[in-house]
Amino acid sequence: MHPTDFSLRGAIEALNEGLLTSVELTQAHLDGIAALNPRLNAYLTVTAEQALEQARASDARRAEGVAGPLDGIPLAIKDLFCTVGTRTTAGSRILGNFVPPYESTVSGNLLRDGAVFLGKVNLDEFAMGSSNTTSAFGPVENPWSRRNDPDARLVPGGSSGGSAAAVAARLALGATATDTGGSIRQPAAFCGIAGIKPTYGRCSRYGIVAFASSLDQAGPVARTVEDCAILLRSMAGFDPKDSTSADVPVPDFGAACARGVKGLRIGVPKEYRLEGTPPEIAALWEQGLQWLRDQGAETVEISLPHTKYALPTYYIVAPAEASSNLARYDGVRFGLRETAKDGDLKDLYERTRAAGFGPEVKRRIMIGTYVLSAGYYDAYYLKAQKIRALIKRDFDEAFRMVDAIVTPATPSAAFGMDEKQDDPITMYLNDVFTVTANLAGLPGLAVPAGLDGQGLPLGLQVIGRAFDEETVFAVGSAIETAADFRAVPTLRAGA
Amino acid sequence: MSFTLEGRTGPWEIVVGLEVHAQVTSQAKLFSGAATDFGAAPNTQVSFVDAGFPGMLPVINRECVAQAVRTGLGLKAQVNLWSRFDRKNYFYADLPQGYQISQFAHPIIGTGEVEITLADGSTKTIGITRLHLEQDAGKSLHDQHPTKSFIDLNRSGVALMEIVSEPDMRSPEEAGVYLTKLRQILRYLGTCDGNMDEGSMRADVNVSVRRAGEDYRTRCEVKNVNSIRFVMQAVEAEARRQIEVWEEGGEVVQETRLFDTGRGVTRSMRSKEDAHDYRYFPDPDLPPLVLEAGWVEQLKAALPELPDVRRARYAAMGLTPYDAHVLTLEKETAAYFEEVAAGRDAKVAANWVTGDLFAAINRTKTSIAAPPVPAAHLGALLDLLADKTLSGTLAKQVFEAMVETGKSPGAIVEERGLRQVTDTGAIDRMVEQVMAANAEKVAEYRSGKDKLFGFFVGQVMKAMQGKGNPALVNEAVKRKLS
Repeated sequence: MHPTDFSLRGAIEALNEGLLTSVELTQAHLDGIAALNPRLNAYLTVTAEQALEQARASDARRAEGVAGPLDGIPLAIKDLFCTVGTRTTAGSRILGNFVPPYESTVSGNLLRDGAVFLGKVNLDEFAMGSSNTTSAFGPVENPWSRRNDPDARLVPGGSSGGSAAAVAARLALGATATDTGGSIRQPAAFCGIAGIKPTYGRCSRYGIVAFASSLDQAGPVARTVEDCAILLRSMAGFDPKDSTSADVPVPDFGAACARGVKGLRIGVPKEYRLEGTPPEIAALWEQGLQWLRDQGAETVEISLPHTKYALPTYYIVAPAEASSNLARYDGVRFGLRETAKDGDLKDLYERTRAAGFGPEVKRRIMIGTYVLSAGYYDAYYLKAQKIRALIKRDFDEAFRMVDAIVTPATPSAAFGMDEKQDDPITMYLNDVFTVTANLAGLPGLAVPAGLDGQGLPLGLQVIGRAFDEETVFAVGSAIETAADFRAVPTLRAGA
Repeated sequence: MSFTLEGRTGPWEIVVGLEVHAQVTSQAKLFSGAATDFGAAPNTQVSFVDAGFPGMLPVINRECVAQAVRTGLGLKAQVNLWSRFDRKNYFYADLPQGYQISQFAHPIIGTGEVEITLADGSTKTIGITRLHLEQDAGKSLHDQHPTKSFIDLNRSGVALMEIVSEPDMRSPEEAGVYLTKLRQILRYLGTCDGNMDEGSMRADVNVSVRRAGEDYRTRCEVKNVNSIRFVMQAVEAEARRQIEVWEEGGEVVQETRLFDTGRGVTRSMRSKEDAHDYRYFPDPDLPPLVLEAGWVEQLKAALPELPDVRRARYAAMGLTPYDAHVLTLEKETAAYFEEVAAGRDAKVAANWVTGDLFAAINRTKTSIAAPPVPAAHLGALLDLLADKTLSGTLAKQVFEAMVETGKSPGAIVEERGLRQVTDTGAIDRMVEQVMAANAEKVAEYRSGKDKLFGFFVGQVMKAMQGKGNPALVNEAVKRKLS
């Protein structure tokens, strides 16, 4: 077995049993990166020397019997997490030269638990996108390909496209990611891996470049549900440096994966049966529900009546917050600075931001600025906040009747890099099943459940109650077990 | 009675409201742990939060919240147990985040009031509209380099309280007295040091004028006035400008203006048309600020005595209203007075503090915070007066010696032998000597020229180098002459 084929949990066991060393494991991943990254463009920065150093230190710790829960495990870090001394770009030209003097809490937690960082992975610029084509450093390619059109280059989804592609292609055992409207779950589904956006407040946002503060949440992607659970346990936890971080205990998510679903009530929201959803996805959804019934769960049709307003609400709230969060990129203190005409400050701002931000970021800054403007605030931002409260209430009511909700993760399988690029709205529709969990602050897990007719992975989504990731992991594991998903992408290390 | 400004076409009333920005006295900034010391080298008190670095998040400083609540309580204002922070968005080089965190829609403190006492002794209540917490911006330095502007972020993120008054003031004096009173209350509370020359307090002055009985007319805001004197000048200058505009048939337009302290006039900064659209919205990085009623009660119970209460207490101790007022103006003065008066005659203590001590402070150009005579020394002097070691005249001499040397009154009395003579035998002998030397005057006195009594007392005191106990000297002279 090639070292990169281990699951994260399998690798931990192998390290513990002395079947391989972290240095071997890390080197195998670095070799895979060297071979495949020129094509995939998943990694923006590879910290090979640092990774090997961390791996050697980890092997030494293990030899002394003081290994942490993730000791020696090579991971990829989304380039939205600030990493001390390592360039952090947010996929933007405006931060192209930014080397943070501080570590994000989440990446710091992983280091505390012994993880090895292979490097920083690509993303949509400032996490704004669903295809990883808005990155200032070029698109990421999905390691999967269509059976009937193997030369078509597919998107990995976004914004955590680099994270998902790297993990799917066996260029990391797991990766950090962030999810503001679906940015963990959609790329995980497109790349045939698992990913969870935990409850808002579960992971600290400290040191993560902000997109939309009330929606952003960090989470892991990995090849199994249990691997996600192991990673989340390390990443999560109360952080006094983030006022929105929740002071609640972090349970053993890994143990929850084996709980089973017997007696659980699974909600099936009728509003998620969208017109135009490919029949394969509708069929997979039904299949997933059947697997859960087979394992002793009960499925119940529920109603989330404000679902149809979720996407427009999201595309008001998120850009509004982004327009303010991105105001700090002004060329004055860090990052890109263009030369101003006649030393004029306004000109400095205009030139720097014009050159530093890509078109999608500019579009969202403009939308956000517009919806917060005097005279439009009530009609857009305030109304969106009210609808957001109603969407949250829909879920509160549903969760009085059910323990978890299962939906498709995405309305389609991975699409071609040249597709869906003409109209931003088409791209925004990718988030139709995922944005609701962000608006309501709830945990949402994507789990690979099958393949479409082209041999591309499709995922299902499990949504749970706030801070009940355990049930989400239990349901996700049940689907994963039943699906017995063994398909592998065309491009992968060790292949 | 009421103040008006005379225009060409008749009298005009002034309407003034103040927005005072008061820097919260605290060790750390509103949302970061960076220090807040005044005068530190540029950019040495800046955290990554204050500099708006990517991924940095604000965390509220509870002490700043407590200070705002104390201030609200001191202004007899409503404390809102639920308030919220909003972002005020605008671009400027010394505003690192590109927005200021403030409280726009839901301030921590609601309506309150401040009672002011005017020079004619009348009192007036000025309404407080609200008080909210917000971050200060950094400072742009335009005079350090011929072509570049420098930025100092030491102030960036420092906690400010913006205290907004109702448009209740009707004269420059009222504006000045209100600001003085507000400053006094904040200093008593210890919530703002009130140092206007260090920028710890500055005022935006809203001015309009109107004819008696009219509704409000358009107002203008004079920004960032940094002394009480300038506030009064700015009110009058801006009112005169507006009167001229109205009287010439023009219309005052709502705008932001600056007060040119050199020329004593206001000039336009920006008009309403090019005012910023600040795009206020709730800061998603900060949950609502929720206070517990019990905590507010604790702060209330621990509140220091406020100037109005203290003044009433001093009046009840027998001080004149004037002395009570003067002694409570600055809390340092009140503290000094209380130390001197402790266990002693309050009226005597008040007379010495407002008389000799204030005169000495003026003369030596010192302050009550660093007085020329420590309160303990002045208290000891009063004890020497009370136990008749010193006469009033001697006490004044000793006080002057204390100012000069900084020594204690006991030491000065010993060194200079200024101890009062209370030995009646010695006094009697001295009276007899003076009578013997002035036999003619004795005869005149005895034949009815009562006025000469003072002459004999004076001669005896002179002969005793002022050290005779005046009461005993008086008594001896009276006894011997009769």
